[in-house]
Amino acid sequence: MTSRQEILARIRKNQPAPLPLPEVPTFDTAATAPPIERFKAGVMRMGGKFVDPPADSLDKLITRLFPDAKVVCSAVAEVSGNRRLDRVKKASALHDVDVGVVRAVFGVAETGSLWLTEAQFKVSSLGFLAQHLVVLLDPARIVDNMHHAYRKRAQFDAPYGAFMTGPSATADIEGVLIHGAQGIRTLTVIPVAESAG
Amino acid sequence: MSRVDHSEASSKFIEAKDHLEFHDRRLWDLRKKRDSESELLPEWEDLRSLASAIKEHTLSHLADYLEEFERNAKRNGAQVHWAKDAAEHNQIVFDIMSSNGASMLVKAKSMLTDECDMRPFLENRGIEVMETDLGERIQQLDDEPPSHIVVPAVHKLRGDVARVFSQTIGTDPDNNDVHYLAESQRQHTRPYFLRADAGMTGANFAVAETGTVVVCTNEGNADLSVNLPKLYIASIGIEKIIPRIEHLGVFVRMLSRSALGSPITQLTSHFRAPRDGTQMHVILVDNGRSERLGMADFWSSLKCIRCGACMNTCPVYRRSGGLSYGATYSGPIGVIIDPTFNLRKYSSLPFASTLNGSCTSVCPVKINIHEQIYKWREIIAKRHQLPFVKQQAMQIAGKVLSSPKLYRAAVETAGSSIDYLPRLMIYSRLNAWGRQREVPEAPPLTFRQWYLQNRGKK
Repeated sequence: MTSRQEILARIRKNQPAPLPLPEVPTFDTAATAPPIERFKAGVMRMGGKFVDPPADSLDKLITRLFPDAKVVCSAVAEVSGNRRLDRVKKASALHDVDVGVVRAVFGVAETGSLWLTEAQFKVSSLGFLAQHLVVLLDPARIVDNMHHAYRKRAQFDAPYGAFMTGPSATADIEGVLIHGAQGIRTLTVIPVAESAG
Repeated sequence: MSRVDHSEASSKFIEAKDHLEFHDRRLWDLRKKRDSESELLPEWEDLRSLASAIKEHTLSHLADYLEEFERNAKRNGAQVHWAKDAAEHNQIVFDIMSSNGASMLVKAKSMLTDECDMRPFLENRGIEVMETDLGERIQQLDDEPPSHIVVPAVHKLRGDVARVFSQTIGTDPDNNDVHYLAESQRQHTRPYFLRADAGMTGANFAVAETGTVVVCTNEGNADLSVNLPKLYIASIGIEKIIPRIEHLGVFVRMLSRSALGSPITQLTSHFRAPRDGTQMHVILVDNGRSERLGMADFWSSLKCIRCGACMNTCPVYRRSGGLSYGATYSGPIGVIIDPTFNLRKYSSLPFASTLNGSCTSVCPVKINIHEQIYKWREIIAKRHQLPFVKQQAMQIAGKVLSSPKLYRAAVETAGSSIDYLPRLMIYSRLNAWGRQREVPEAPPLTFRQWYLQNRGKK
């Protein structure tokens, strides 16, 4: 008998009598503030930044926000940056990126989370090896809470996807909060509608 | 295997006053943050009931859901392995590594791999293992197990970390600035992510419907461990299965609120399929879980989502430290899980509790932890695994408590006799409670005497 058969047989012998599966409601929030305001508060609570779109260009805004950045690597059409993602052969090649730029599929007002999959990152290590990450979010694409987020069932067919909420963080030494534990040191969200094209 | 003596082990922890005081305060702070965060959600109690019911349903159909998970994971291109115990799990990991010529493993925190004692097994066979969670890395470098399932080095102060880092990764021994220490670990770890042959994570949840492995971290180290190397191994306890994606909404909303009092972890990552040109392996690990599923009084402990809320709230855990439990799982949840691994070795643990029930009230999946602690005590007493002193005390207490006359006599004389008894009798080795405590001043009347005087005449 294989371990698989042995484990499954013992489970079938031991598992309790069938218990029902409850329905999960979406627990909609009684509307108070607009979703974008709740989202903004959520991002900032988790150590992220929220910056209004610029009058000039996103490239110029990024230069103003990160004046020392040498390598800007963009996965979005709206920002050119200076490192081409389509030529990246190995995930580790992005180790020297100062600023990565991506667009989130949607945001979650409850927590200030951004849903990103490998289709948005193009190379998923971009979201973690970069020192700083700028995320564009269409303000029309913000869901109420995590129940609504997980009802977007098709999103979860992505081979890889993550809810990112603020920058990488740790409080493992004496509870002192540090941003930039292993991943990005800062996360900046810019509300920019997705162009129809 | 020698028996763990929790109270003996905790006496060492209690001696270090600064550590004890910080540990107690830090964990109580997490408990308070959990309270204020959960109170923001009017549906909190509904979420607890749902989480509990979803887990109970899943555990009562576990074999079917495991098969569904396996089918979907395979369809996604992952390879699925089954391990009946820790030894088989470790062997599978080694075989995957060696058959791919892999010798460097970066890993995210996983209590399961600690439970399996995987690191020494791999290291003895020439595999370099790098823990990438800051707390877990501190513990690895100090050659100590984690003392808490969520914050592994919570029993250490910054000076301890400065000492460990200066001796191992070459930091300045006189610099105990927390930012400096964390930044040093970041700089030290980064090259390992870039050159690792394989990455490993545990799982917070495994979704049957899609074959997805869900990992919640704050540091982003799981995503670095998986998204860079060509080989990804996920070790999953069989109780981590949930039926559908939409159920994640319930658990993800509760996990970090219960653990740290934050609305969500900085990253909630979903690994469903390998990237092009890479491999994904999933190991489903039993290691005693299918046996526990058949224990009428204890199977519901398998609902646990490892948030650590019961530990943070427990007065005994906060004042004795995780290492004193001598097991991977400490605190209230450890007290009820550990005896299922080895009753004799862990027979002192169910006595490391005041039975105040706080663990049960903060548990996001409604495990009746304090009742299970009591049940373990019954079993251990029946099997004569109580230490002699406790047995004698219990026999006397049993006689006194079962007779109203004897009880009254004992209580009435106790108050007055405490004043006259030599300290030797109260603070002797026979009375373990006297060791760290002063007896409070007894009230002039017992409750019964007061009641008879004030209310009894009607």
